[in-house]
Amino acid sequence: MDVSPVFFYIFASLAIACSLLVVLKKNPVASAFSLVLVFFAFAGIYALLDAHLIAALQILVYAGAIMVLFIFVIMLLSADTPSFDIARTHISTRMAAMIGGLVLFGLFVWAFRNNTYLAPTGNFTPENIEAAGGNTRVVSELMFSEYILPFELTSVLLLGAIISAVALAKRKGAAQLPPGYKGKA
Amino acid sequence: MLPPVEPWLVLSFCAAIFFIGFTGILIRRNIIVILMCVELMLNAVNLTFVTFSKTLHHMGGQLSVFFIITVAAAESAVGLGLIISMFRTLRSVDTDEIQLLKE
Repeated sequence: MDVSPVFFYIFASLAIACSLLVVLKKNPVASAFSLVLVFFAFAGIYALLDAHLIAALQILVYAGAIMVLFIFVIMLLSADTPSFDIARTHISTRMAAMIGGLVLFGLFVWAFRNNTYLAPTGNFTPENIEAAGGNTRVVSELMFSEYILPFELTSVLLLGAIISAVALAKRKGAAQLPPGYKGKA
Repeated sequence: MLPPVEPWLVLSFCAAIFFIGFTGILIRRNIIVILMCVELMLNAVNLTFVTFSKTLHHMGGQLSVFFIITVAAAESAVGLGLIISMFRTLRSVDTDEIQLLKE
């Protein structure tokens, strides 16, 4: 692939380091800001892979909208107190999660390494995309012709999400707890 | 000099991010951080789609990423609504507190 190795390794190591911080940081606010860096690194890798529209959307939607939502909820609930909950997880759960993750990761790397990749199936080579007017134009033309049905279904999904989010957040009062409920034993 | 970037290298990077998120979901107890780990996993899958779109010269991957981003935005809006609802009931964002069915 005609990808600049220097930039790829910079963005990839930044993304891996910051996603480890997301998992390991005690404070949810620190996790959220590490997640913003992960999103920016991903946007850089999308741009390296010639997916310019996706790179812009990544920054606008993920680093913009979704992260604001996360920070907003953390601040609203005053949940920004450090809680090192990993230490409360049972040691066997922790070991099982880490070993399982590592084993599955190794399996995936082995599969990707020893795979015979398919020959290119489409005709969207970089030259063809350039001749057709660039990545953004090609993606938008496909979106409003071949992929119009999923595009319209997406609007139904967003309507459902809006209604359910409002219904969840606007409910008056707390749900009824059973009498004598004391929370965590 | 650095070795050239092969497709399997990008895909392995995606798998690394995916399983970091996977491990985070299993070991964290703060539900906001768990939702962040879900976002990490979704991002890793998106990058896999874009890599295959690049290697196969097919635009379907990038279109799928567009729809996945929309679904992820809707998912986090509903998820954070659920977190607020949970906080109102339990005054906590800790998943160990969710044990109402035990009573």
